[in-house]
Amino acid sequence: MNKKLVCILCPQGCPISVDYTENELGTVNVISVEGAKCARGEFWAREEVENPVRTVTSSIRVVNGDLPLLSVRTDKPIPKKRIFDVMNIIKNLQVNAPVKRGEIIVENILDLGANLIATRTVKRVNGEE
Amino acid sequence: MLNEIEVDVAVIGGGPAGLAAAISAKENGAEKVLLIERGSRLGGILNQCIHDGFGLVLFNKSLTGPEYAEIFIEKLLELKIDYMLNSMVLELTPSKKLYVANKNGYHLIKAKAVVLAMGCRERTRGAIKIAGSRPSGVYTAGLAQNFINLQNLMIGRTAVILGSGDVGLIMARRLTLEGVKIQAVVEIMPFPYGLRRNVVQCLEDYNIPLYLSHTVTEILGRDRVEAVKIAKVDENLKPIPGTEKIIPCDTVLLSVGLIPENELSRQAGVEIDPRTQGPVVNSMLQTSVKGIFACGNVLHVNDLVDYVTVEARKAGLWAAKYALNQLPEPDRKEITITLGENVRSAVPQKIIPGLDTSLFFRVYKPGKNKTLNIIVDGNKIIQKHCPSVTPSEMLKADLKGEYTLNAEKIHVEVCE
Repeated sequence: MNKKLVCILCPQGCPISVDYTENELGTVNVISVEGAKCARGEFWAREEVENPVRTVTSSIRVVNGDLPLLSVRTDKPIPKKRIFDVMNIIKNLQVNAPVKRGEIIVENILDLGANLIATRTVKRVNGEE
Repeated sequence: MLNEIEVDVAVIGGGPAGLAAAISAKENGAEKVLLIERGSRLGGILNQCIHDGFGLVLFNKSLTGPEYAEIFIEKLLELKIDYMLNSMVLELTPSKKLYVANKNGYHLIKAKAVVLAMGCRERTRGAIKIAGSRPSGVYTAGLAQNFINLQNLMIGRTAVILGSGDVGLIMARRLTLEGVKIQAVVEIMPFPYGLRRNVVQCLEDYNIPLYLSHTVTEILGRDRVEAVKIAKVDENLKPIPGTEKIIPCDTVLLSVGLIPENELSRQAGVEIDPRTQGPVVNSMLQTSVKGIFACGNVLHVNDLVDYVTVEARKAGLWAAKYALNQLPEPDRKEITITLGENVRSAVPQKIIPGLDTSLFFRVYKPGKNKTLNIIVDGNKIIQKHCPSVTPSEMLKADLKGEYTLNAEKIHVEVCE
């Protein structure tokens, strides 16, 4: 099989062609990468076909905070095909203020090897709930 | 009663530009620095930009907007820089008096130097004159981002996004993750306007169709948006009759450009460059009014917040020097850069002879394998190969002072 990509690493935007095989388990094997003018681009294209990963950013509900939402992200990129699984967990999360930037909200989310962390500080304001 | 406050440097705006400028002014010797912010928190628009990709140039990390902002907010607090929230500068005079209103009353701030860091605002439906009725469900992309990421409000169920600027692309992904169906992103130009990284990770990842050389010709619906009519455009960007297509949706997002917010600058008599819609500045980021400096998106709309920070640090430095009476008096007149082939704008517009200057340019049209030439008195001082140029990406160059010390003319062009 073949996939055509445009490299996103620098403004040059090399058109890259990746030949690969995929078995019935969905395991992808790259055979060749052509068109990248640098090694980083070649590596990126290989990863992008074999195991594309993304950082997920979103927000969760926060109780008694000076904001109604706490922004969060995965501290490492996770496989692209698991983005919606992670979103399903995020959707149902709720935390109590205060929260500090960098605090771990979910450790090793879905066993993907990445933690879900707070990306901002939310102060506690007095309130009942 | 009018409360009078005297400061060395007053910074207007508490976004990334204002934060970096205030910190830099303090670090460079200005004792009394005051930052004035209209909103209820520091950090500006970074607060609602919860996606990552900030700080790659400056910190070599891919931070989210709130993380990037908090680094600077913490520094501001550590340096004990004064700031006012929920405070609106109503008037700025050429003699650097600021009239500010907030819930404590009306204040007169007398500043020795002022840094303009008010940022920019979004172009609206009115600015691009889309035909049709006036139903609810039409938002600018940044407003939708504020609702969803800060206020926990949802804006609709199915949306069409007009414009492929970065905010529009980011919102396409954000809405998709929150369960909104994005029917299409429609771009009038034949190329996407946002960063390629965002086209791949926000549209292609989620199979969101991007219609290039198309525009929204009509918004349909009476109380609520029911659909949009889109059409292909010709090379003059005029809709081609017969190519119309109706896309059902209940929400329309506009990502059709940003305008530097310069009402205060104009009031103070600051000269505005019609190309950038921001102040005309020199190598020290000083505007046409002595002692008033500008940086960030109020000066020119930037691609990356990292560039804003670097620029704002310079504005803060020179503003501090001005306030301390340490600004070197130039012995020669400033040189206005002349714009040649395929150069739409240059910032700064004026070079102080002998001073190192970081320059930003924008081009009119995209191209491959071009050369950016900076020509001083007929000599090509800088020849920079650009594998790819596009109007949505700024070109950068550093012009050393030694080349401009005795210069008369500075010309810039992007050609073969």
